[in-house]
Amino acid sequence: MLQHDVLVIGGGGAGLRAAIAAAEESDRLSIGVLSKVYPMRSHTVSAEGGTAAVMRENDHLDFHAKDTIFGGDFLSDQDAVEVFVREAPAEVIQLEHWGCPWSRDPDGRVSVRPFGGMTVNRTLYAADKTGFHMLHALFQTSLKYEKIVRYDEWFATSLLVEDGKVCGVAALNLHDGQVSPVTAKAVIICTGGGGRVYPFTTNAAIKTGDGMALAYRAGVPLKDMEFVQYHPTGLPGTGILITEASRSEGGHLKNKDGYRYLQDYGLGPPTDKPVHRKMELGPRDILSRCHIQEYQKGRTFDGPYGHYVHLDLRHLGEKVIDKQLPFVRELTRNYVGIDPVHEPIPVRPVVHYMMGGISTDLDGATVLPGLYAAGETACVSINGANRLGSNSLTELLVFGARAGRAAARDALGRPPIRSNPLAQLAADERRRLNERFLRADGRERIAEIREEMQKAMEKGLGIYRDRATMQETCKTLRHLRERFAHVGLMDRDAVFNTELIAALELESLLHVAETIAHSALAREESRGAHTRTDFPKRDDTRFLKHSLATHTPDGPRIDYSPVTITRWPPEERKY
Amino acid sequence: MAEETITLEVTRYRPREDREPRAQAFTVPYRKDWVVLDALNHIKDRVDGTLTYRWSCRMGVCGSCGMMVNGVPKLTCAAFLRDYLPGPIRVEPLAYFPVIRDLVVDIEDFMGKLRRVMPWIIRRTEQPLTAGEYRQTPAQLEAYKQFSMCINCMLCYAACPVYGLSPLFIGPAAIALGYRYNLDSRDEGYHLRQPILAEAVGVWQCTFVGECSAVCPKGVDPAAAIQRSKVAGAKDWFLSILLPRGGRS
Repeated sequence: MLQHDVLVIGGGGAGLRAAIAAAEESDRLSIGVLSKVYPMRSHTVSAEGGTAAVMRENDHLDFHAKDTIFGGDFLSDQDAVEVFVREAPAEVIQLEHWGCPWSRDPDGRVSVRPFGGMTVNRTLYAADKTGFHMLHALFQTSLKYEKIVRYDEWFATSLLVEDGKVCGVAALNLHDGQVSPVTAKAVIICTGGGGRVYPFTTNAAIKTGDGMALAYRAGVPLKDMEFVQYHPTGLPGTGILITEASRSEGGHLKNKDGYRYLQDYGLGPPTDKPVHRKMELGPRDILSRCHIQEYQKGRTFDGPYGHYVHLDLRHLGEKVIDKQLPFVRELTRNYVGIDPVHEPIPVRPVVHYMMGGISTDLDGATVLPGLYAAGETACVSINGANRLGSNSLTELLVFGARAGRAAARDALGRPPIRSNPLAQLAADERRRLNERFLRADGRERIAEIREEMQKAMEKGLGIYRDRATMQETCKTLRHLRERFAHVGLMDRDAVFNTELIAALELESLLHVAETIAHSALAREESRGAHTRTDFPKRDDTRFLKHSLATHTPDGPRIDYSPVTITRWPPEERKY
Repeated sequence: MAEETITLEVTRYRPREDREPRAQAFTVPYRKDWVVLDALNHIKDRVDGTLTYRWSCRMGVCGSCGMMVNGVPKLTCAAFLRDYLPGPIRVEPLAYFPVIRDLVVDIEDFMGKLRRVMPWIIRRTEQPLTAGEYRQTPAQLEAYKQFSMCINCMLCYAACPVYGLSPLFIGPAAIALGYRYNLDSRDEGYHLRQPILAEAVGVWQCTFVGECSAVCPKGVDPAAAIQRSKVAGAKDWFLSILLPRGGRS
C-alpha cells in the first residue's frame, strides 16, 4: 500500500508550495505529490505578467487589500484578503531565496511594475515568464526534499472517504494502467482551473477542473463558480495569452479606426504613459466588456476567428519589448507571424481564470475533514467576482503554503489509516472505471460531447448572459451528461491510455460546466465578471453572498453563504 | 474544389503487443495555421482515439510535446505544417529515449539527472525572510538568465550524439541547469556542483558538436554551458595542483 501523511494532488505552483511547506512543518511527515503530468508541465508555467505583493515604501497592505476587494466587486472575503496581503511579501521573498530570477532594479532590489486595477506598482515579475520561472524554481527546490515522493503521470480518479474523513485517493498510474489506493491522513487538492469547459481559452489542455470535480463528487460545495474571467488580450484562433504586462509597459488597445476606445467607457482620459487603473490598466472584466461593446458598434476588425482589436506596442520600441516582453515577441512571431516591434497584435477576450472553486477556509480546509485545497482550484475567497491580474500567482504561494502547513498539523494529529476498507474502496473504483469506460461499448465520442459542451458554454455563459440562454445551456449540459453515460473508447490498452484520461477529464468538465451554469442562472444581478443583460445592476440586498453548488443526482443544488466584510463596506465600483 | 490535405507518417508502438515500432499514415486536412500538434489532435479526436502522445500548453513553454519531425527534434506545437509542404511529414518519438507507447517516451532517466546537479540555491547561511531579498544587480541576473530558460523539453537529448552512444552522459539540459546555479550570485554551492558537472560522465564526454544548442527552442545554448563548465573544471584542476587548498572558496 502506498502511504503518506500528506498527499498533494497536482504539482503546479500551489501543489509544490504546499508540499514544501508540509515538508518543513515536521521531519516526521511523509509527503506525496501526485499529478497527471510531470510538475514542470503544470499550467503555472504559462503565467506571464507577474505576482503582486507590497514591497515598497509608497505602498501599504491596506492599499493592496482595497484594490483586491474593489476589483472583486466586494464579493471577496475581507478576512481572507487581509491574510493574503499580509503574507504575500514574505512569500515572494521566499521564492527569491529559492532562486526565482525576478527582474531587478539597478540597485539590486526586485523590480515592481504596474498592473490592471492596482493603485501602486507592486507586481514583481521575471520579464514576462513569471509563472514559468516560479514553477521551475519551486520544482527544482522541491527536489531538495527527499521525503517528498512524486507520482508523476498518475491521475486521481476519486477521493477515498471512510467514516466521514478523507483517507487518500484512488489513482490511475498512466504507465501501467493500474488503479491503486494512495493513502494519506490529509489530502490537498491543487489542480488549478478548468478553462477547457470553453472552446476559446488561454488554458492548457490539462486544465479540465479535475480537482474541483473530485471534491464536488465527494459532496464538497464549489463556491462562486459563475465568476469566469475573460482576459481581454488573447490571440484569435489559438487563445494564446498576451500578457497584461504588455499594457502595464505602455501598450495601447485600438479599434479598427486606430482609436483608443477605452476612453469611451469611463476609463479615460487617454495618456501616453500608463496611469494606474485608467485606460489599458483597467480591470479585466471591464476591458472585456468594452471589447464586446466595440464589436456591437461595428468598430472591431473581422477575421477568420471572429472579431478582434489591436494591441499596439510599437511605440515602446525594440529595446523595451525585448527586455520586458520577450515572450510576447516570441509568441506573436511564432504563432501569428507578427513582430510587435513593427506591427500591432490582433487580440480578443478569451477565457482565462476561474474565480470560483472548492470552498475553503483561510487554511485551505474544506467541510470534509482531512481535505484541503489551494490555488485556482480553491475559492478562499480573495478574488470575489473578478480577480486582479498578478494576484493569482501570489494566491498560490500564500494559500499553498497555508494549506501545506495546516494539512501537516492535521496529519500529525491523526491515527494511522486503516488500509483494509481502502483497498476495498479502490477495488470499487477499479470496477467503476472498467465498467464505465474500458469494457463499455458505448457509441458516443468524447470529442463530440466535449465540443458541444464548449459551444453551449460559450453561448450561454460568455461575457454577457441572460436567463433564456443560460436555461438552454443548462438543458444542453444535462443532455450531454446523459450522452456521456454511453461514451465509448477506441483505446482499451492499459499502458498510457490517454483516451481514458480524456474521458475522465470530460467527466470533470461536465461537472464543472454544470456548476458554472446553474450558479450563474441563480445569480440575478451583475457583479464583476458575471454580467446579465436582464439584471444589469449589482444587487447587494439579494446577492452580497457566495453561491455554493452542491452535487445531487439531478445536478447542482445552489445555496448561499455570507460574505465576510471587515473594514471595507461595499461601495459603487467605478474606475 | 477538394479540401487540401497533407499526410503524416506517425510511429505507432504498443509495448505489450508490438515487437517493434511501425509507421502509420494518416491524411489530414491541410490548414496553413495548423501545427503538427493540431494534426495529431485531429487524428485523435476524429480518426483514431488510440494515438498516444503528450501535449498541454500549445504555446511552447510546458515542454511536453517534443517529437522528431522529419528526423529533427521539435516542439510539435511550434512546427507548422506549412513548413513541411508537400509532405509527407514523419512524426516519431524523441530519439535515444525508451518508448512507452507511440510518441510517448520515458524521461525518468532525465528526471534523475536533473536532481543530481542539485538545481537549487545552496548557501552556508540563509538570510531570514525579514531581512528581505538578496540583492542581485541586473548584470548579475544577466550572467545566468539565459541558462534559466530551459523548459526541460528534451529536444537537446534527442539531438545529442553523445547521449545516444552513452546514456550515462548527464546531458545538455542538466549540465546547463547546474551551470545556471553555479553562475547565480546568490548561490554558494559551486564546490558541491562542479565535481558532478566535471566528472567522467559529465562534461568530458561531450565532443562539442553543438547540436543541442541548434535544436533548443528557447535559446538556452547548453553547448556554451558545457564548454564553459569544462573550462571551469580544467581551471579547478590546475588550481588544485598549484594551490592545494583550491582556488575557490
